[in-house]
Amino acid sequence: MLKQIPLADVHRALGAKMVDFGGWEMPLQYTGILDEHRAVRTAVGLFDVSHMGEIEIRGPGALDLVQWVSTNNAAKLADGQAHYSGLLYDHGGFVDDILVHRVSADHYFLCVNASNQDKDYEHIVSQNRWDCAVENNGPQYAQLAIQGPRALEALHKLTSVPLSEIRYYRFRDGEVCGRPARIARTGYTGEDGFELYIAPAHAEEIWNALLEAGRGFGIRPCGLGARNTLRMEAGMALYGHEIDASITPLEAGLEWIVKWDKGDFCGRARLEKQKAEGVRRRLIGFEMRGRGIGRDGYEVRVGGRPAGWVTSGGPAPALNKNIGMCYLPAELAQPGTAIEVMVREQPVEAVTVPIPFYRRPK
Amino acid sequence: MSYPDNFRYTKEHEWILVEGDTGTIGITDHAQKELGDIVYVDLPKPGAAVEAGKALGSVESVKAVSDIYSPVSGEVVEVNELLATAPEKLNEDPHGAAWLVKIRLSNPAELDGLMSAADYQAYLGE
Repeated sequence: MLKQIPLADVHRALGAKMVDFGGWEMPLQYTGILDEHRAVRTAVGLFDVSHMGEIEIRGPGALDLVQWVSTNNAAKLADGQAHYSGLLYDHGGFVDDILVHRVSADHYFLCVNASNQDKDYEHIVSQNRWDCAVENNGPQYAQLAIQGPRALEALHKLTSVPLSEIRYYRFRDGEVCGRPARIARTGYTGEDGFELYIAPAHAEEIWNALLEAGRGFGIRPCGLGARNTLRMEAGMALYGHEIDASITPLEAGLEWIVKWDKGDFCGRARLEKQKAEGVRRRLIGFEMRGRGIGRDGYEVRVGGRPAGWVTSGGPAPALNKNIGMCYLPAELAQPGTAIEVMVREQPVEAVTVPIPFYRRPK
Repeated sequence: MSYPDNFRYTKEHEWILVEGDTGTIGITDHAQKELGDIVYVDLPKPGAAVEAGKALGSVESVKAVSDIYSPVSGEVVEVNELLATAPEKLNEDPHGAAWLVKIRLSNPAELDGLMSAADYQAYLGE
């Protein structure tokens, strides 16, 4: 039995194609992935991402626990500020990639991947030497993401919170449609936008109101299909693809979320060792040159020899190219390397390029 | 979209229209809807031999790759060049302009194993 998000029936009524995503029945697409992708790049799109997990850490030792389990420096967060971070095993591989929100000095709110939430919770609890209250609160929140250059204008119609004052990676607790909402200026699309954490009981009302508020701006309901093409163009990692328990942040191009000056943290010793010995493989982007699309899991060859694998790949609708990300030996993981992606046993020419592929116009 | 009565259909959602000893092959409207936005079509070259029930090429949507299975055995005599530059035509006109290949049939008796339009629609549950 698939786990149900609160709005599953609403999505079906909108004509969504539903799929099993990590055990949740989720909308893959409504009007079509390309149409939804275009809407987010040029106007505004609305995503139901209620499958995402929320873990809350409270208590006088909350910062100590967050600092120990995550790689970024949570001591730098102010109230109402969030950052991207890594949750690592002792051996340096990812338990998950997460967003850490500081609600107050003794309350941190973590947004984590849907299919990792129970594992993350157990990991955090196992590291809790500071007597914090750790709660696995996924079912208590629905999450909607409104993303795109017109997202602010659309959301503005439903809230008195001064949205333009919420800077990137900041959040405020306020109201949307008169209902309590945590409003964060974050996202997973490479566009401006907001992620709303709300009560499941209010999800349908707020979802419908957002679609109505965005109508004049060309809003589209968007599914996981467009979410994936958008995050791929923006070069953002997806757990199970670019990162997993066998991959460290140094390999994944995520050293920027590892703050060496913050003190000890779970996995640090292994990362230091890896850094000292040299990182052997690294993530790099590629663009297809020959006819064909490199996809997740395809082998990558250099000079005819197996060299790595594709972590995510497919069309980049906003760029009109076929792109992807792959792991290669560090010496080859530089832009401009000629590679071959094995597409159904045939080598197809491609070239490595920097990540991200797409940056939104400022 | 309706399913033409003069086509025969496979359970894998291909169609074939036979004229003389040549069959024109495509994917059904149902198939294109299930696939979503089609972005790439991989087809054999003229002269290639194909076998009934075996993959003759593939269609890629944004999200996934799907094999196309040949309804019949024979030799590829023509490939629809339009699809190399405009794969999205498969979403727009799967039963017409976006045919995939033409095959000279080596065993016309294979057609007997395919579905009529009425049978195919019943198979789809429509």
